[in-house]
Amino acid sequence: MKKHLLLGALAVAGLAAGAASGATLDDVKARGKLKCGVTTGLVGFAAPDANGNWAGFDVSYCRALAAAVLGDQNAIEFVPTTGKTRFTALASGEVDVLARNTTWTFSRDVDLKFEFVGINYYDGQGFMVPKSLGVSSAKELDGATVCIQTGTTTELNLADFFRSNNMDYEPVPIETNAEAQQQFLAGACDVYTTDASGLAATRATFENPGDYVILPEIISKEPLGPLVRHGDQEWGDIARWTLNALISAEELGITSANIDELAKGTNNPEINRILGTEGDLGGMFRLDKQWAYRAIKAGGNYGELFEKHIGESTPVGLARGLNAQWKDGGLLYSPPFR
Amino acid sequence: MTVTTDPPKESFRLGMLIYDTRYRAMTIQVVAMFGFMLLLGWLVSNTIRNLDALGKGIDFGFLWEPAGYDINQHLIEYNSQMPHIRAAAIGLMNTLLVAFMGCVLATILGVVIGVLRLSRNWLVAKLMTVYVEGFRNVPVLLWIVFFMAILIETLPAPRDFRSGEATMFLGDMVAFTNRGFYIPEPKFTAGLGDVSVFNGAFAVSLDLIAFLLTLGAGILIARLVKLRADRIQEATGDRPTTWYLELGFVFLPAIVLLWVLGFYLEPPALKGFNFKGGIHMRNSLIALWLALSFYTAAFIAEIVRGGILAVPKGQTEASYALGLRPNLTMRLVILPQALRVIIPPLISNYLNLTKNSSLAIAVGYMDITGTLGGITLNQTGRELECILLLMLCYLTISLLISAVMNWYNSHVKLVER
Repeated sequence: MKKHLLLGALAVAGLAAGAASGATLDDVKARGKLKCGVTTGLVGFAAPDANGNWAGFDVSYCRALAAAVLGDQNAIEFVPTTGKTRFTALASGEVDVLARNTTWTFSRDVDLKFEFVGINYYDGQGFMVPKSLGVSSAKELDGATVCIQTGTTTELNLADFFRSNNMDYEPVPIETNAEAQQQFLAGACDVYTTDASGLAATRATFENPGDYVILPEIISKEPLGPLVRHGDQEWGDIARWTLNALISAEELGITSANIDELAKGTNNPEINRILGTEGDLGGMFRLDKQWAYRAIKAGGNYGELFEKHIGESTPVGLARGLNAQWKDGGLLYSPPFR
Repeated sequence: MTVTTDPPKESFRLGMLIYDTRYRAMTIQVVAMFGFMLLLGWLVSNTIRNLDALGKGIDFGFLWEPAGYDINQHLIEYNSQMPHIRAAAIGLMNTLLVAFMGCVLATILGVVIGVLRLSRNWLVAKLMTVYVEGFRNVPVLLWIVFFMAILIETLPAPRDFRSGEATMFLGDMVAFTNRGFYIPEPKFTAGLGDVSVFNGAFAVSLDLIAFLLTLGAGILIARLVKLRADRIQEATGDRPTTWYLELGFVFLPAIVLLWVLGFYLEPPALKGFNFKGGIHMRNSLIALWLALSFYTAAFIAEIVRGGILAVPKGQTEASYALGLRPNLTMRLVILPQALRVIIPPLISNYLNLTKNSSLAIAVGYMDITGTLGGITLNQTGRELECILLLMLCYLTISLLISAVMNWYNSHVKLVER
């Protein structure tokens, strides 16, 4: 028994020791690799391709960050995390940044001691059902069996939604998206619920995507974004402004095609400041002038990444919707680079 | 006058702690103990300091916050507005339920398979060998997932029952679906109702208590009848026929009670998305239960086989010489002696089964690892507190099982004089 206690204490001490170490930027530079927490596999957002290379919308953010900090968008170690393990992985220092469709909530920000660096996808929780069920609204789901990924905000939203509508349901808690898919396709649950983007991404991998519908109700706000540990403000700033650089790049028309042209200098001072031809913004957080240039160059600006991984031309097929630039009626609005 | 000189009395010097073999062993142990305590103290203080640096002191207050999530299988009343501690208790009960069911089934299977493995029938013995080697050489997690996959993929969905693709069994009383098994629920038209205990923490069915009491009393009376028969047999040599009395005393009062209370079975019926009414045995419970039982049964079978082989052959021969048939020999002579060898390793297998039940999340069974160590931990971010509580729970369960089984062991073990 004593031995167990000792081992437990050792594990805990190890965990805490990892978390307490200060400057993440120095750690990443010394390691030469960025450790990025992603999902265990959600097509469009983060999934390994046929060659084992990770690709997706969340993955691209990590690549941009690695390019900005280390100058190499492939200097990344991807750590697949489940809904349950992700926060422990980040808190313990197992990953430097978590880019895993994680909803920004008060308690996660304040109580779990994390720092959300922005929102890279405005989402909401939805329901997917087989067409053959003949259901057209979430209000008709009384008594249904619902598959749900455990350890997520969707679990709490679901409980609230059914309670406030005086409906009954049978939750089937599931660890990963792949298992949920298996149970849903076999009919072991009537409904699969998660963020609407996740539903679209999951449906894209089905054999007959047309046999399934996503119900119109969106029952929650799910602002998804990358997050880092609380307490290392410098690293938080780097992560935040890398995301902002991608968003601003789209707004200012910097694309992976014209970036080299623009990097020679333009008459737009903000573009010049982002690309490092004017002033030294990178130096303010101990990076070089070219950090944002490399981040944008890695995969393109926000809009390009969106279209490439989850946009309407992809199997996932998501419209920009709320995720359009503010000038186009969306919510994306980056603070100025000044 | 003789002068006796005492040997000079050796006074204790500090150096003796190292150079004197009488004290050296003690010194080493004290130093080692000291070092161990220092290491432990460093680990604890380091943990607390680092947690403080993160702004996360140890605090169990979160246990009384509303949990906010639902749990499908709850043996006592639960909804998402109840506190985390209640959710943890639900999980604990689910753990105990599957552990208990698992231990019972594993023991039955294990004993049968262990005995059959010693069978003289070549085919039976070999089949049992295949069973044992197959189950114990594959990780139990794979068996759990495998059983779950079979249940999900092979059984029909509830909606297939509506279209007539699948039918219920036993006169529409039982339905096997890929969401679990639905069996009839015992109900009473003139029931006594429930009584709530611990300030309404949970309710206990009075009908069940009345039924168990009646059954227990019946069994007790039947035993008295049997003892009386034994006495008459010893005194006169004639044993009165009592089996109908015993049977009557055991079952008649219970049946009368059920009739008085208006007992009936409520069958499950397809309503909306799912079957309603009846008892729902979820496929996560069934998969976990079967996988744990079958896996542990393979180990128990080997223990039983070893126990039986440990009884000297002379005992069997002596028993045959007295005219006992093989069946009776096994029951009256071999097994009671084999039990002494079997029980200690059996305890550790019960413990293993209970601890292995923490793999439940693989099939979405909400045991205590799934509630307290899963969702609660995740939603509150109190890793250390949750894991410590979790360890405490499993430790308590294991020690309780050990205590009970050790008591039973001392009960059956050979009394030596």
